[in-house]
Amino acid sequence: MPIVANFEIEYQQYLGPDGRLNGEDLPEFAKDRKNILELFKHMLYVRSFDTKAVALQRTGKLGTYASCLGHEATHIGIGSAMHYDDVFAPSYREYGAQFMRGVKPRDVLMYWGGDERGNNFSGPPHDYAWCVPIATQCLHAAGAALSFKLRGEPRVAVCCVGDGGSSKTDTYAAINSAGAYTLPFILCIINNGWAISVPRKAQTGAKTLAQKGIAGGLHCVQVDGNDIIAVRGAMDHALKLARNGHGGSVIEFVTYRLADHTTADDARRYRDDAEVKAAWEREPISRLRTYLINEKLWSETEEAAWKEECGRLVDIEVNAYLETKVQPVEAMFDYLYGDMPADVLAQRADAIAWEKR
Amino acid sequence: MAAITLIEAITQALAYEMKHDENVIVLGEDVGVNGGVFRATAGLQQIFGDQRVLDTPLDETTIAGLTVGLATQGMKPVAEAQFDGFMYPMVDHIICHAARMRYRTRGRLTCPMVLRVPWGGGIRAPEHHSEANESIFTNVPGLRVVMPSSPQRAYGLLLAAIRDPDPVIFFEPKRIYRQYKEEVPDDGEALPLDVCFVLRDGSDVTLVSWGSQIKETLETADALAKEGISAEVIDVACLKPLDFDTILESVKKTGRCVIVHEAAKTAGFGAEIAARLAEEALYDLHAPVERVTGYDTHIPLFRLEMKYLPSVEKILAAVKRALSV
Repeated sequence: MPIVANFEIEYQQYLGPDGRLNGEDLPEFAKDRKNILELFKHMLYVRSFDTKAVALQRTGKLGTYASCLGHEATHIGIGSAMHYDDVFAPSYREYGAQFMRGVKPRDVLMYWGGDERGNNFSGPPHDYAWCVPIATQCLHAAGAALSFKLRGEPRVAVCCVGDGGSSKTDTYAAINSAGAYTLPFILCIINNGWAISVPRKAQTGAKTLAQKGIAGGLHCVQVDGNDIIAVRGAMDHALKLARNGHGGSVIEFVTYRLADHTTADDARRYRDDAEVKAAWEREPISRLRTYLINEKLWSETEEAAWKEECGRLVDIEVNAYLETKVQPVEAMFDYLYGDMPADVLAQRADAIAWEKR
Repeated sequence: MAAITLIEAITQALAYEMKHDENVIVLGEDVGVNGGVFRATAGLQQIFGDQRVLDTPLDETTIAGLTVGLATQGMKPVAEAQFDGFMYPMVDHIICHAARMRYRTRGRLTCPMVLRVPWGGGIRAPEHHSEANESIFTNVPGLRVVMPSSPQRAYGLLLAAIRDPDPVIFFEPKRIYRQYKEEVPDDGEALPLDVCFVLRDGSDVTLVSWGSQIKETLETADALAKEGISAEVIDVACLKPLDFDTILESVKKTGRCVIVHEAAKTAGFGAEIAARLAEEALYDLHAPVERVTGYDTHIPLFRLEMKYLPSVEKILAAVKRALSV
């Protein structure tokens, strides 16, 4: 019988866990090493923020928080590659990508601190808010991409979902729509190994998560998500394809969730310490530090100074969050409708009167 | 016998029924190795194995659809929706299939499933983790909708739900999962699914509530007792089908009724009770029926959520209004 179709999934990596380049031709952006250094500094900043956020939760100053520890290369790589006019549809952990787009740490803290104003964040006003219902954002991104295509705008919609979220009906539907309409759409599947307690191997019998895009006719690749060069290179390539009308992509970023799912979780109940220890050997920051120091682009002294600066910058954000007053009770009603119905206005008045009793 | 919490009573009921009926299986996200994010299924996979306690892929459509398939082919699945706010993708399977499987096949296929749903607000949770969405389901014919508010009722009602021949949406008020402990004999005795529970006898006013708000409602009754006011407290643990007779009998006696629920006011389940009182008890009422509910808005994130939820003070004010007439 003839073979009617053949598929393969490429795995992209330039910088190994040992901090050495593996000899592949570097992507365009990496040819100027200063670009890599810039991204490294952002990765350190995100980690500094993340450490602080977990500490705030542990001391009762923040609600449940989803740490991004270990995802720094993937997040910074995605966010740094996008244009301002592109649309970003995150799940709820991709702070690094959002910081590159102008979202402030104080916005993240407001959201996890139980205040809706966090969702009205700084940065591109057309970007989507955090999306806790898993993977629904993928279809919103496909819809956004369809609007760009219908209006002939050179913009791309980028969404993120986890390895768990790649099982969701919405993810498959988004892949299908993006292929059917040849949309400027990129689905970033951030495979960190765990969906709360369920490991990657229990989600699907598929060999890679990237190959899910093949069924929809999208460009598919698997990338070392702890290698910033590979992440940024894959994003640059996919964005170019999408922006020039050549259709959408699925990129699987293989990384690892070094922390618990959220601060409400205790991963020791379901995964081995040995696995986590091994994952620390592959984490994104130390390999890049080794590389940059070997290349004489960075030093321990510079790092100490930059970390101090990160701490100072994060403290400004934390203080801004902590000083924010709770919204008045009527804020519960004020964004329900563009034109406030009389029925709701009456309850709003009741609520204000009750608070002043 | 050690006293146990509401959530431990859930685990106890699941274990009892799995032990006595090999067709009962548990499925959902993180229910296996992890024992559930609230620990409702803790230890069950160790006892019954991974063929009876199944971790599903992360997809609520998958969970609901598989559950319908299992239930229609002789299994008795108890599925978990991890949080109230995550159950909306399941609605297609619940409404278009589970609720009407018996009806549309004229009894040829049936759907004896239970969907357990940690329910409600007040735990400082992230967005979409605090919904009081029971009235979406009480409006669906063919479903049973149950919500226990004590360890004993959780045990007895969950056993009844699993043994029932039709689909049951079993809401678990997560705010009171660990509120207090009581002794719950592990005797396999189910409670009836179609009765309200009178938690406290009284003669001056009837307080009607369910789920987490039973806590505030009972506290209100205590406060009223100190003022010499006698409140009857009814837990509508089985919302659908509704045992209206128990409520009617009480209101005929007291002449006053205050309904307390966490969900938004408009078309909340309190509206159904108030409407039936208007139909059947109008001439027995000494005062208009009062409702103490969430506002007609989304439950706010946690900085404001306690201002949204009913409180003892709000219930007391409503009782005083009813008594002033």
